[in-house]
Amino acid sequence: MSLEAKALDEGVDGGRRHFLLVATTVTGLAGAAFTAVPFLSSWKPSARAQALGAPVEVDISKLEPGAIVKVEWRGQAIYIVHRTPEMLASLDSVAGKLLDPNSDSSDQPDYAKNEARAVKPEYLVLVGVCTHLGCAPLNRFEPADAELGADWPGGFYCPCHGSRFDLSGRVFKDVPAPKNLRVPPYQFIADTRLLIGSDTGAA
Amino acid sequence: MTMGSPQNVYDQAETKVNAFVAWIDARFPLTKLWKEHAAEYYAPKNFNFWYYFGGLAMVVLALQIITGIFLTMNYKPSAAEAFASVEYIMRDVEWGWLIRYMHSTGASAFFIVVYLHMFRAMLYGSYKAPRELLWIFGMLIFLCLMAEAFMGYLLPWGNMSYWGAQVIVSLFGTIPYIGNALVEWIRGDYYISDITLNRFFALHVIALPLALVFLVIAHIMALHEVGSNNPDGIEIKKNKGPDGHPLDGIPFHPYYTIKDIVGLIVFIALFSLVLFFAPDMGGYFLEHANFDPANALQTPAHIAPVWYFTPYYAMLRAVPSFLGTQVWGVLVMGAAVVVFAFLPWLDKSNVKSIRYRGWLYKAFLAAFAVAFVVLGYLGMQQPTPTGTLVARIFTIVYFAFFLLMPWYTRIDATKPVPERVTYDAH
Repeated sequence: MSLEAKALDEGVDGGRRHFLLVATTVTGLAGAAFTAVPFLSSWKPSARAQALGAPVEVDISKLEPGAIVKVEWRGQAIYIVHRTPEMLASLDSVAGKLLDPNSDSSDQPDYAKNEARAVKPEYLVLVGVCTHLGCAPLNRFEPADAELGADWPGGFYCPCHGSRFDLSGRVFKDVPAPKNLRVPPYQFIADTRLLIGSDTGAA
Repeated sequence: MTMGSPQNVYDQAETKVNAFVAWIDARFPLTKLWKEHAAEYYAPKNFNFWYYFGGLAMVVLALQIITGIFLTMNYKPSAAEAFASVEYIMRDVEWGWLIRYMHSTGASAFFIVVYLHMFRAMLYGSYKAPRELLWIFGMLIFLCLMAEAFMGYLLPWGNMSYWGAQVIVSLFGTIPYIGNALVEWIRGDYYISDITLNRFFALHVIALPLALVFLVIAHIMALHEVGSNNPDGIEIKKNKGPDGHPLDGIPFHPYYTIKDIVGLIVFIALFSLVLFFAPDMGGYFLEHANFDPANALQTPAHIAPVWYFTPYYAMLRAVPSFLGTQVWGVLVMGAAVVVFAFLPWLDKSNVKSIRYRGWLYKAFLAAFAVAFVVLGYLGMQQPTPTGTLVARIFTIVYFAFFLLMPWYTRIDATKPVPERVTYDAH
């Protein structure tokens, strides 16, 4: 006779025993779940990490046309490009080769959801993190680059997995990256002073 | 014989030892464990070369734990100090270079022996009933080992460490809806930072090694419960002698402990060649870009993981994005690892060992092995259109081996399996 059958034989209330077993298990599991909360939450960005992620101010008065400057915000490279009229003109001609020319399924603030993907067309501000797997795309602004082929219109090229982006950071078709490069929130706080990481009010 | 003669002294000592063992046995099952797992664990007598790698994997695990303990005595898990502390170990700590190179070479050695150990199971059908759980414990060990290697690779805080972690952690960001929050939670910051390094260190030195050790114990307990498979894929427990032991079995100790020592010596010789003459193995065991400190603003010109991850990495790159997400590549990569766990149920053959299987299984297994090596090679190279096309073809070959298995193992013409193991006395 099994232990359980023997117990029932001696007049043990099986239903009550089963209820207590389930109730104890459920209570114990609920307690374990609550206890897990502080441990799992301790993995979220700490107060210090959040404070260090505050917006940064950049002076772009010395940025020559055609040049790029890279600044750091939240440990990510922010690319600021002073585009020439020729560079802006190339944006129209590549539209047919792009995956998301109107940035419909890409991430940018509303004020950057245009062809230039910028507040002021001549100044492009991008997060320099490939939307594929987070590498830093290289600036290859010269058309017909030796490595990228004669039909290369100029733009960004990710060396990790070969993704290509135009001079607005819009992704070309048939590359691993699924979206255009991200545009961070930013605003001009003066003609040539940028605040990266915030687009509302003062810093 | 007079008192004090050598024979007498020997007898007295033996009596004392026996009494001591008896004292322990009354309090802890020492002799019982020894008999169960060594002196009276009967293993098939026809083990061949392929049966070295399980034991070697345990030796490498011990090596990694011991060298790891000594590395933590000088390593500093902070973004400001990690890179310099590794250089300090290499240059200023006495024998530090040896301990560190043993650990870094050990990581690659671990994957070499584990991959060969897994291939052995595929050759001889060791995953088939009744060894499914044994196989699943092995798969969990494999997963833990990959996590352990990945997190360990961030610790030197070289530029390849940094960007490798960036790429792999970003994989979780491809999951719809929760991806970005999940990545932030894993990193504990908005980028791979000091915080990330510190927690990867904790996981690498305590959480994952503990899990690994427990899983290895479970793996061996499951093995000793069902008994070892062998190159003929015959259950030796079916033919027992009058003493109750398998006729084709021999005690693990001393027969296989002695045999394994021979394999161990050969392994140590090869290991030492790498350790002393080519610890970075020309960039395959320690990547050159990792001799620069981590730089969040500068991706290395070419990011590739260490060789043991490249087959999966090649698959990740080969799958194009569609429907506005590239989660598909991540899913394919994950599936390529997890699919091994289903082998016991995918394989419908009535024989275990490749010795008695037909040409169909042999052809598929060979194609799989070629695909694994080719993908491993492609994963190290820069992406090119041709390379991507080849990677796509071999990704299909890789999965065909698993997914078509229920079909081809069923129709394959197998040979009759003998009653007893084939064995030439020598």
